[in-house]
Amino acid sequence: MLTPLHKQLLNDFQRDFPLSPTPYRDIAEAIGVSEADVLSALSDLNANNFISRIGPIIPPNHIGVSTLVAMAVPEAQLQAVADKISAYPEINHNYEREHRFNLWFVAIASDAAHLNAVITAIEQECGYRCLQLPLLDDFFIDLGFKLDMSHA
Amino acid sequence: MPDSSLFAENLLDARDRQLLEQVQLGLPICSRPYSAIGDNIDMPEAEVIERLTRLKQQGLIKRMGVIVKHQQLGYRANAMIVWNVPDDLIKQLGGHISRFSFVTLCYQRPRQPEWPYNLYCMIHGKDKVTVLAQLDQLNNACGLLNFEREILFSRRCFKQRGALYQSKPWALAHG
Repeated sequence: MLTPLHKQLLNDFQRDFPLSPTPYRDIAEAIGVSEADVLSALSDLNANNFISRIGPIIPPNHIGVSTLVAMAVPEAQLQAVADKISAYPEINHNYEREHRFNLWFVAIASDAAHLNAVITAIEQECGYRCLQLPLLDDFFIDLGFKLDMSHA
Repeated sequence: MPDSSLFAENLLDARDRQLLEQVQLGLPICSRPYSAIGDNIDMPEAEVIERLTRLKQQGLIKRMGVIVKHQQLGYRANAMIVWNVPDDLIKQLGGHISRFSFVTLCYQRPRQPEWPYNLYCMIHGKDKVTVLAQLDQLNNACGLLNFEREILFSRRCFKQRGALYQSKPWALAHG
């Protein structure tokens, strides 16, 4: 069960997390609780899998090169193909979507040659073509995600 | 690839990379988290904070904070919406779409054979009905109704992680 403190920590500190020696104490002071309360509430959220971590979001293609890839795979083979692709360390996201192109994954590598080698290896191993959809422009200013937790 | 990637590479020195690799794994939940991060790479707390502050100013850190798990918080419907819009309108439309609070990503990607779409956005919603209503709102408000489009809801997640490439665990917003 999420307390008001949990909800406040989830909603209000997705960006501009304090870059000071004692960030959790700064947050505690800002919302009028003790540092121990903040540490304990964040530990709860972490233990219950409500947060993936506290840290930075890095924009795509600023470090290394990456591409989104779409693949059309017969339903019966989808799990097996997905497992082969997930086994590559260069793959981070790998999702099924409701479409003829039903497998969507993101490949990231240190440079373009490495990325091409990974895509070629995946095509050869799986036997399906990779539709490469690298990012050209990012319109989104990521300010975090405003949660509606009225029923949470 | 955008030219900015080469530019950004040059802004990072080896110590920045080491620091990002560490902090990317997640800030420890303790009184002096930046000191704890620094201990792992033999960097004083003050330098950790100074470098992270600069990386944020340079835009190499897009945001710094609590990264929530949408799914766990009841946002179970995830839709990728794609449109085929004229290239000369894409910046304006992308900018407009990004202003809606339920939109979590908005990108331009190249068209390909069998795939005519160039504008992408992601909506995380409580359920499909809600997401479809939000998409209606978006299509009406941004003047997107006349453009060819598709909506792709996610089904199974086979792999998702912040830790990425070999020893460089970058959490990208979305490749």
